[in-house]
Amino acid sequence: MSIYVNESSKIIVQGITGSAGKFHTQKMLEYGTKIVAGVSPGRGGEKVQGIPVFNTVEEAVRKTQANVSVIYIPAPYASDGILEAANSNIPLVICITEHIPVKDMIRVREYLKDKPTTLIGPNCPGVITPDECKVGIMPGYIHKKGRIGVVSRSGTLTYEAVHQLSQVGLGQSTAVGIGGDPVNGTSFVDVLKLFNEDPETHGVVIIGEIGGNQEEEAAKWINENMRKPVVGFISGVTAPAGKRMGHAGAIISGGKGTASEKIRVMAECGITMATTPSTIGETMRKQMEEQKTH
Amino acid sequence: MNIHEYQGKELFRKYGIPVPKGEVAYSSEEAYQLGKTMGSYPVVVKAQIHAGGRGKAGGVKLAFGEEELKDFTEKMLGMTLVTHQTGPEGKRVQRLLIEEGVEISKEFYIGFILNREMGKITLMVSSEGGMDIEEVAEKTPGKLLQETIEPSLGLSDFQCRRTGFKLGLKIQQMESWTKLLKNLYRLYTEKDASVIEINPLILNSQGKFLAIDAKVNIDDNGLFRQEDLRDLRDEDEENPKELEAAKYGLSYIALDGKIGCMVNGAGLAMATMDTIKHYGGEPANFLDVGGSATKENVAHAFRIIMSDEKVRGIFVNIFGGIMKCDVIAEGIVEAVKETELSVPLVVRLEGTNVEKGRSILRDSSVNVISVSSMDEGAERIIAEIEKELRGEV
Repeated sequence: MSIYVNESSKIIVQGITGSAGKFHTQKMLEYGTKIVAGVSPGRGGEKVQGIPVFNTVEEAVRKTQANVSVIYIPAPYASDGILEAANSNIPLVICITEHIPVKDMIRVREYLKDKPTTLIGPNCPGVITPDECKVGIMPGYIHKKGRIGVVSRSGTLTYEAVHQLSQVGLGQSTAVGIGGDPVNGTSFVDVLKLFNEDPETHGVVIIGEIGGNQEEEAAKWINENMRKPVVGFISGVTAPAGKRMGHAGAIISGGKGTASEKIRVMAECGITMATTPSTIGETMRKQMEEQKTH
Repeated sequence: MNIHEYQGKELFRKYGIPVPKGEVAYSSEEAYQLGKTMGSYPVVVKAQIHAGGRGKAGGVKLAFGEEELKDFTEKMLGMTLVTHQTGPEGKRVQRLLIEEGVEISKEFYIGFILNREMGKITLMVSSEGGMDIEEVAEKTPGKLLQETIEPSLGLSDFQCRRTGFKLGLKIQQMESWTKLLKNLYRLYTEKDASVIEINPLILNSQGKFLAIDAKVNIDDNGLFRQEDLRDLRDEDEENPKELEAAKYGLSYIALDGKIGCMVNGAGLAMATMDTIKHYGGEPANFLDVGGSATKENVAHAFRIIMSDEKVRGIFVNIFGGIMKCDVIAEGIVEAVKETELSVPLVVRLEGTNVEKGRSILRDSSVNVISVSSMDEGAERIIAEIEKELRGEV
């Protein structure tokens, strides 16, 4: 078991003819991901890395029964790509694209309300279930099949945690990047609910950062519902207020969304907080040991 | 992107939102002449900088006659304003807004902001115009009225009326109040705004609304389709190193410490700064070289870090995914040679081709301290800088 994607997931790549789309299609194929089609308007009938390309998502889905779409479309057109995927009722859409205007994401969120589609991202590294399916841009080889779920707003910080979990021998059930934008599709709580129900996930690492209050919401949910140990890390203790720290959503505004407040709430809600990112793996290992002795 | 008050007011005019008569001036003489054409006194002289709190800092003055007008315009242009939002270094005033004075009978606050969690725009209004609105929200939250705007409907008439009545407006004022709010919302959505605030909006003695201030921020990610707004960027208001970095696709933010940082990924970059702090050091900057940085990017990043004279040492922290460690290592070696780096350099490489990367650093002629974890790297760079400062090297 795993969450979101597994060995039977059938993937389409929207924006497959662009440079990012092409490059990552190759990487995903090398990992063993089952990519069944690409979409690129005006390029229907071509092939990329041997994968057939269609003009529309609708046609790609009809001909291949794909159930996951990953989006590498440039920011000005990316939200339209999400709408197109949702309109074809694809159950899961993972949007990698960064720099989508907030206004466009507001429209997307509104449209998705009445759709059976789950959106992960945008501005995220994607989702990976080790040894089964890699959908996104993460380096596959650092992952190891295992029992810890990882959910994060940051890309490289996820790799950091994943790498450590692999090194301490715990591995990952699924690693999910929910993205660094202020308005996104899937929240921490959405992912935590799935990890809580997934029998192969024995513990969860949650990595947040400054801005918004998703981490606080997640902490409260964990406190009331989570049956598995959770290790947390929040970046941005040293971030100055009012400055956007790389990610569009990583900003302390009006004194809200500080790292110290998030850390305080999370610790209060029973999450074991790692003091530096280097210790995430080790902290989780200890948690798992304790679990065993109880 | 932030824009100036006078630029915000130009947008207001285009969208039918009433503002006082006024114009911008770039020299004292121009400002003085403009003031004289206002027709009557008092004339308002307002410093145009990208920061709030100007009034308290002496950046807003009422001139009751020609002499005062001359005095204020001469003194204000070129002065450095320090407000609670500028930081201790303050901001140099290079533009003045000259406006007609208005009689104020009532003051309000209006704000349109994004509610991230809901993914919707929120309208906020308050009877406490002219006050610091964050303080109002904290101390008297009941005085901050909020309406969530449904994206598919836009701002509805009933929402305007509801806030209007709560503010104590009369039914005769409701039409102009509703029109004002709806025009603001139209501006917000059409121009990819991220924040619009009017503090204060006033009712003048004739019962007319006027926006006395205008704060408009634009979503950077929407600028590609807002050609007319791109020209409103005032580069004098931005940190020159941050601007330079942006040209090379680097995300850089200047801070106060001694340890320069170069990292890939925003989350990891923040975490690196935090780790330095955790071990007792202070980061000099946030710098994300991006996920697909090239040798050239790395060289630019070094130059920008080293142009900060506070920097006494550099910590490079790379988790190579798509970006390969050997490519980064080559970039580092080249950049160190090119910039004739004279401060300690600690490098932590992890990820794709890490062994190759480490051996490139080891075999190079440049002086690089290679470490294997982020914690070790942070401790090491702090120790190296202390050694240098004690004169042990």
